[in-house]
Amino acid sequence: MAGNIDRAGRPLSPHIQIYRWQWTMALSILHRATGIALAIGTLLLVWWLTAAAYGEPAFASAQNFLGSILGRLLLFGWSFAFFFHLCNGLRHLVWDAGHGFELKTAHRSALLVLAAALVLTLATWVLGYSLMGRL
Amino acid sequence: MSQGSGDRRSELGRVRGLGSAKEGVQHWWVQRLTAIALVPLSLWFLASVLALLGGERAALVAWLSSPFSAGVMILFLLATFWHALLGLQVVIEDYVHHEGRKLATLLLVKGLVLLLAAASVAAVVKLMLQG
Repeated sequence: MAGNIDRAGRPLSPHIQIYRWQWTMALSILHRATGIALAIGTLLLVWWLTAAAYGEPAFASAQNFLGSILGRLLLFGWSFAFFFHLCNGLRHLVWDAGHGFELKTAHRSALLVLAAALVLTLATWVLGYSLMGRL
Repeated sequence: MSQGSGDRRSELGRVRGLGSAKEGVQHWWVQRLTAIALVPLSLWFLASVLALLGGERAALVAWLSSPFSAGVMILFLLATFWHALLGLQVVIEDYVHHEGRKLATLLLVKGLVLLLAAASVAAVVKLMLQG
């Protein structure tokens, strides 16, 4: 542990890489990552709305991009980020209310959030494709 | 001298309850309020977009021609950008340690988010008036 002493001779807490990966830790980081992704994703929403306001040609090119492979890939990522951030955000609100801090509960709610986000994302895409009559 | 033994705050500081940053829990609280508001708002937005999927621009204009839809859409946009701004601010404060660079990044991101919020709200108003 000789490396974990600062210049003033005081001990430092171990670097993050020393810890064993756990679901609770992964979800905490994923919450922040999806938050940033959703913030960047608002660019697509603003583009879509302003293109519609500009008129038919601008809207058509926005729709074309969103319907392309790349556009659909971005939207798929966006929808997973959305459902994950939503479900894990609800988990955070339960914590804020003072519940669910026990290790076992926190671990179980982490897996529940991950499963819910995946199921909701896939269900949304199945619904979307069936609404467009492509299923 | 009525405070408990661990409380070193002055009477005035205790009443104001704003702590050393002079902002109290406002940032934390507004982040939660916008989060709660975004639960129904974002689900409503997603359902509306699913209903519009692959449709013409006319369908979008018809949807936003209702003052209710346009109003809720504007609320959704404001809550989204406010929540995003608070979240991004915390991320920047956590990872940018140089004071000058931190301030510059915060101002840049705040300006950008405000611009996006204003442009998207203006777009919704324009679409509403077209319908």
